[in-house]
Amino acid sequence: MSDTGAPTATAPAQTPSPAHMAQRTPRTPVEVTGAQSLVLSLEAMDVDTVFGIPGGAILPAYDPLLDSVKVRHILVRHEQGAGHAAQGYAAASGKVGVCMATSGPGATNLVTPIADAYMDSVPIVAITGQVNSSAIGSDAFQEADIRGITMPITKHNYLVTDPAEIPRVIAEAFHIASTGRPGPVLVDISKDALQARTTFSWPPRIDLPGYRPVLRPHSKQIREAAKLIAAAQRPILYIGGGVIRSRAAEELRRFVELTQIPVVTTLMARGALPDSHPLHLGMPGMHGSVPAVTGLQKADLLITIGARFDDRVTGQLSTFAPEALVIHADIDPAEISKNRKADVPIVGDAKAVLVDLIEAVDNDLEAGNGGDYAAWRERVQGWKQMFPLGWTEPDLAEDDSPLSPQFVLQRLGEIAGPEAVYVAGVGQHQMWAAQFVQYERPNAWINSGGLGTMGYAVPAAMGAKVSQPDRTVWAVDGDGCFQMTNQELATCTINDIPIKVAVINNSSLGMVRQWQTLFYNERYSNTDLHTSHAGERVPDFVKLADAYGCVGLRCERPEDVDDVIAQAMAINDRPVVIDFVVHRDAMVWPMVPAGVSNDLIQVAKDEAPRWDREESEAIEQDPDADHDGR
Amino acid sequence: MSTHTLSVLVENKPGVLARIASLFSRRGFNISSLAVGETERPEISRMTVVVDVEDLPLEQVTKQLNKLVEVLKVVELEPSSSVQRQVMLIKVKADAGTRSQVLEMVQMFRAKVVDVATESLTIEATGNSDKLRALLDVLEPYGVKELVQSGMVAIGRGPRSITDRALTKVS
Repeated sequence: MSDTGAPTATAPAQTPSPAHMAQRTPRTPVEVTGAQSLVLSLEAMDVDTVFGIPGGAILPAYDPLLDSVKVRHILVRHEQGAGHAAQGYAAASGKVGVCMATSGPGATNLVTPIADAYMDSVPIVAITGQVNSSAIGSDAFQEADIRGITMPITKHNYLVTDPAEIPRVIAEAFHIASTGRPGPVLVDISKDALQARTTFSWPPRIDLPGYRPVLRPHSKQIREAAKLIAAAQRPILYIGGGVIRSRAAEELRRFVELTQIPVVTTLMARGALPDSHPLHLGMPGMHGSVPAVTGLQKADLLITIGARFDDRVTGQLSTFAPEALVIHADIDPAEISKNRKADVPIVGDAKAVLVDLIEAVDNDLEAGNGGDYAAWRERVQGWKQMFPLGWTEPDLAEDDSPLSPQFVLQRLGEIAGPEAVYVAGVGQHQMWAAQFVQYERPNAWINSGGLGTMGYAVPAAMGAKVSQPDRTVWAVDGDGCFQMTNQELATCTINDIPIKVAVINNSSLGMVRQWQTLFYNERYSNTDLHTSHAGERVPDFVKLADAYGCVGLRCERPEDVDDVIAQAMAINDRPVVIDFVVHRDAMVWPMVPAGVSNDLIQVAKDEAPRWDREESEAIEQDPDADHDGR
Repeated sequence: MSTHTLSVLVENKPGVLARIASLFSRRGFNISSLAVGETERPEISRMTVVVDVEDLPLEQVTKQLNKLVEVLKVVELEPSSSVQRQVMLIKVKADAGTRSQVLEMVQMFRAKVVDVATESLTIEATGNSDKLRALLDVLEPYGVKELVQSGMVAIGRGPRSITDRALTKVS
């Protein structure tokens, strides 16, 4: 490394790294205000969009922002919307998303999206105004210690009170957010630093001696991994969101073609391998497919890349994949052996790991030392055929809506197609969208995985549409989620951001209701939202859409689904909201109840998979299976 | 549970102590002793953190510490290959009848008397935690009125310097 301590260039092509910036012709220093220095720094980082809301402390920054021809500021209606929009922008494009807010409540409203971005490794930079440096600590009007508040939920954060530091801090913030394991960085700038005179020059000198992400995997670990892969009989690729973030989908496909090893993609990795690929077993976890969940349970080797053994994937950790050795590759060393001990730990970028693994396995194959997984493949293909995803149509005599939410999502995916972007909120609709839309490419599926933030979909879809204006962007939302952030429809209408929203309206907090059905004796405490059933529509989503200047459509019958989606697809001059009034008792299946072994997966209520004779014997021989676990 | 001494080299910047302390509490570790100060390079501070923790969670906390941008290096110092010292100030009851006995203890432990009053002595003692505990045990019967102790500081034995090693990696 150079003596400036500048990290080597690691950023993806779209995000200029400081090293890349340094190659540009340095600007001659200019005398400016701190606020102008901030805007010039954002321009120098090639920022084209900032989502935010002005207020007292950040006000100085908004004046030069008005003059910027490079940076488009999109005025949102709530700072949480700005944060999720920055996330959606980043997740759809791979570039760093930027949001801006004032001090105090403006900053604290960013806390949820920052925490969300931290959990899901989304590169965003949040810029907040802070009260005058002389007033910091005095409980001044709109003062909050946002740096202190966000310490545990940011990759790094800054409090700037000296305007001379602004260019360096902005360059460092973008570098940290976008390299290594991506994540949120907050830059809090005091109002007096924004107002003071300072000198702007670019590129700044980056000084991050303690930040050295390891990208290249160790060759010895790669050889160890290749050895396990060759020796395995029942290997499975457990692929997480890291493969999406490192843009390694093509390398993954090559590795799968080469080794013919079956694959599961987690909620964060949907689309890392096309769902149509014959070796793709679907999503693992609490609502994973039977072949994916069972594949992991029966495997003798997990090849884990960019995944973190989250509790929603593993279920009861002590009984997860009991027969498997573990290769665990991740760019974050702290993820390796955090939950499940790795037999072969590999620290490195997912793309670099896959490239090196391809070479190592290729060498083994050429030397005639490849593994033979034909019997295993046949077994998992059997599960895939035996347990496809499906649903039970509602009993019309009992229920007030004949429309199955799963059918809506399936048709939406088929009609909007693999080139569209699908952004979900959190809950049943999210799981159905993850299950029943076919994902054929990375970055087509965007959701709040780790934090599980209700209300994510509309603002994140807005951000995704801004970064991908030529793609159709569908927000798939629930009636609960939609009511948390739908005010951003105003932002979409006014700023010509024509997203489409499919509200899967079951008139309740559906996932919580599902748990009340299954585990609380159908006692529905505080889950009825009155948005569609029993003649009530509070609010009426079609009228709400209309009030926001969007087109509002409603669909209540299966035979109308295609038509209403086609209508929405034809409207591109304003946002569209479809109120899909669906069968209220529809549940997300398969399901592994919380805290029990994944061996206890149910395909429907009280219904374990019916295995054929050979498979059921194999299951009974499981030493760790605890069939009385519930 | 076992006791581990971590030396953490950090950039000497505002907020670093809060960042590190909150990381320990968030991950559920109780810091039993903490000392912070500048090193021979004023831009670098060194924290000595003593924690009671199992080996596996210790590995996790070390990795989490290393992820902090302002952390330059984390080293675990083994008691056998390092010098570990703590300072303790003890105000102990001592009147004309017991003063000479207390002074005898002070000498045995190579401690110092730093303040004398008619009813008490204030003792300064330096050592590792075992020695200080032993001193405290023998003073206890006379009546310890007030006790204050510094965090543990520790340094590796031999000619090598962890600051040098950290900086070689940096520059």
